[in-house]
Parts: sequence; C-alpha cells; structure tokens
Amino acid sequence: MKEPKQLSVSAIESGTVIDHIPAKSLFKVIQILGLESMGDKQITIGSNFESKKLGRKAIIKIEGVFFEDDDINRIALVAPQAKLNIIRDYDVVEKSIVEVPDEIVGITKCVNPKCITNFESVKTKFKVISKENVSLKCHYCEKITDQEHLEII
Amino acid sequence: MKNRSLVSIDDLTTGEILDILDMATGFEKDPTRQLLDNKVIATLFFEPSTRTRLSFESAISRLGGKIIGFTDASSSSVSKGESLNDTIKTVNNYSDLIVMRHPVEGSARYASEIADIPVVNAGDGANQHPTQTLLDLYSIRKTQGTLDNLNIFIVGDLKYGRTVHSLIMAMSRWNTTFNFISPDELMIPKEYKIYLDNLGLKYYEHTDFTDIISRADIIYMTRVQKERFSDPIEYEKVKNVYVLRNTMLKNTKDNLRILHPLPRVNEIHTDVDVNKKAYYFEQALNGVYTRQAILCTLLGLK
Ligand SMILES: [Zn+2]
Repeated sequence: MKEPKQLSVSAIESGTVIDHIPAKSLFKVIQILGLESMGDKQITIGSNFESKKLGRKAIIKIEGVFFEDDDINRIALVAPQAKLNIIRDYDVVEKSIVEVPDEIVGITKCVNPKCITNFESVKTKFKVISKENVSLKCHYCEKITDQEHLEII
Repeated sequence: MKNRSLVSIDDLTTGEILDILDMATGFEKDPTRQLLDNKVIATLFFEPSTRTRLSFESAISRLGGKIIGFTDASSSSVSKGESLNDTIKTVNNYSDLIVMRHPVEGSARYASEIADIPVVNAGDGANQHPTQTLLDLYSIRKTQGTLDNLNIFIVGDLKYGRTVHSLIMAMSRWNTTFNFISPDELMIPKEYKIYLDNLGLKYYEHTDFTDIISRADIIYMTRVQKERFSDPIEYEKVKNVYVLRNTMLKNTKDNLRILHPLPRVNEIHTDVDVNKKAYYFEQALNGVYTRQAILCTLLGLK
C-alpha cells in the first residue's frame, strides 16, 4: 500500500484522463461527454478524492478515446479547473486545461422562464460573454444566464 | 438586406438603419405605391396589439399588398395547441413575409430560423421591438435634422421599458448625451450604464423631473405602471411626479420635441397636446412610413 492513489484508479494504456473535476459535477461531466453511450470503451471513474483546491474531486479515465477540443471544452461550464492528460503507451504525452468556448450549444438551460427555449423543443444556444465567471447570453431571448444559475439539461 | 429577417435592432448596421430611414422619407412624400402588388404578407399576432397591427396593415395596404393572418392566438390554430414551429412552417408556404408578435421572448429569432422568408419581429415579450426603434429614430432625425450630438431625456420606467432599452442601444451609435429621469425603483439597469461608459458617452441620472429639461432636444416619455412596484405606497408617491405638463415646457428649447411610444395613460397631460413641441401622434404616423421601408427593404423592392 505504498501508493494508495495509484491503486484507487488504475492506469490506462492510451486514452484520456480528466482530473480535477469537482466531485459534485462528476455526473454532469459524464452526461456532457456522453459517456453513457460509449458502451464499448473501458471507463474508470473515481470520485471523492481529497483535493486541496476543490475539496473533493473526481477523475475519469477513458481508454482509447481522444476528444476534440470543442467537445472537451464543453465540460468547462461545470468543471472549469479540469486538467486533461493524454496518455499513449502508459505515458502522459500531452497535458492541457479546459477552456470555456465562445459559444455553447445545448448543455445548459436558459434562466429566463419566458424564453422560447423553455416553451418549445429548441436547442439552447448562448454566446459566452464572460469566461472567468461564466456568463452566457441567450441567442434567442438575449437574457444573461450566469454561473450560479447554470442548469445542465 | 434582401431576404433577411429583422428581429433585433442590433441585426442592422448603422448604414442599413440610415438606408431604411432614407427610404421611409420617400414613403412620407409618396406613401401610396404598388410595390407589394402580388405579395402576400402574413401578420401573425399571437397576442393582441392593435396599434402595432394597424400600423403594419396600413403600411402593407398602401403598398398594395394582401394580408393574411390572425389578431390574437385564441382565434388561431395556436389555441388548439399547435407549436410555433408548425405554425411558421405552414404560413411560410402561404406568404412572402411574416410579421409576428408573440409574448414569448426569443420567439421571433426562432421563427426566423424556421422560415425561408423574412420575419419581422413586431414585439417578442419584453425582448425586442425593432420597428418601434426605427420609427423612433426616424422621428428624431426628422425633427432634429440629425441623429448626432443630441441631448435625449428619457422619463419614466427605465428599468423594464423594452422600448427605452432599444432606443438607448440604437442612439449610442451616435454621439448622444442621455439624461435618465425615473423614480429610484425604476432606474436604468447597470448593464446599460456600463455599455455607455465603455463607449465614452455621457449620461446623467435624475429622480427629479424639473427644469433640467430646458437642455433637452428630445424628451421621450414612458408609462410608469403600478404593477412594477413591489410597494404600492411607493407607486402612490411617484405616480404624479413623472407627468409632463404644458407649463413645464416654458423654458425649453425651440427644437425640442416630445415623443411617446403610445398608448399614454396620464404621463403626458392632455394640455401638452396643443403645444407644437408635442410630437407623439406624428411619431405614430411615421411608423407607417418606416414599416413600409422595412417591408420593401427585406423583400428587396425599391
Ligand atoms: Zn433565452
């Protein structure tokens, strides 16, 4: 039991490791990345690890999957500090951090109860007007949805 | 601009705005031209708005166009639960352009994405009403001879007023000085002040409605509605404060004109109506010329 962290989540041969996910956002990240529909992939999920920065964090390891930037950046809404490790042959070949994209399609609801997206089956669409404290302007009703009102669809 | 929709005033460049105003000037000189001959215009009013509808229908009729549509949702298939998507797809096949008013915010943008033909937003809830803004700009330019370097006083409900917000955004394209006069509860939202700050435009906020208006080129009056106040006592305190009376106009500038989106309740006393500075009824008429110009522009007709 020399390296308990290594034991909790096994290493992968090649694929993507997403670290520093706030534990409370884990299931939202799973949903945003559509991991449910990756039935044939080996996915290792660990949660409630201690983290100085996040309190409790989660880690996801996905064997054999490499995400496009646009796809992975969608999780920045719920896991802004997430770190990515791209693994090949058990080695980390690339590290990166997620970045909130300029436009968000789907993922989150518009906060305005009078918005068309809350009446008809319209896919939500937002322009990101602030990335630090996430602030989204609805393409339809033009109202602002901020970080504390984010509601993942 | 041909075959584009008009959903928000921000959809237009300053050049496009000026082109529409120039075209409207032409319609004021010669309002009856058969440019919409053989065209069918759908006017879909999912909520009633008699003034806006009549203005559009007058504009369409003077251009020789045919009108189909409904005047409120209860008389249409919408009352049977039809989705906006289905209504727009259907009407899209029957007409050359859709004018729509709808209580749901963002509905016009959505409709413009469904339809192959141009959609003109005639008001989507508290969001946008760009044809009102264009007729306001037309009225300001016509009475002042310019849109530049004007001092505009906006009075009343500056917090919720859709018309006011669009007017501020539109006039901030020129070197405008704004004076905002409102009760504390209905002051202009911070986001608009930040916007003006970033543009380096001057604005002043007042709670008193007094002789500061002597500097105004335009006074834009709006209704102060009771239901906007959380405390009814606050409303009682202010309801007679933001009322324009003829005596208040004594020391105002000759070129001053008073605008109001109508309908008014009591915020402009009827004794102002005879003053030559009262312009709100002409402003409403300008709406017809402006809408004629908008329809022709979006259909690519000259
Ligand atoms: Zn919205």
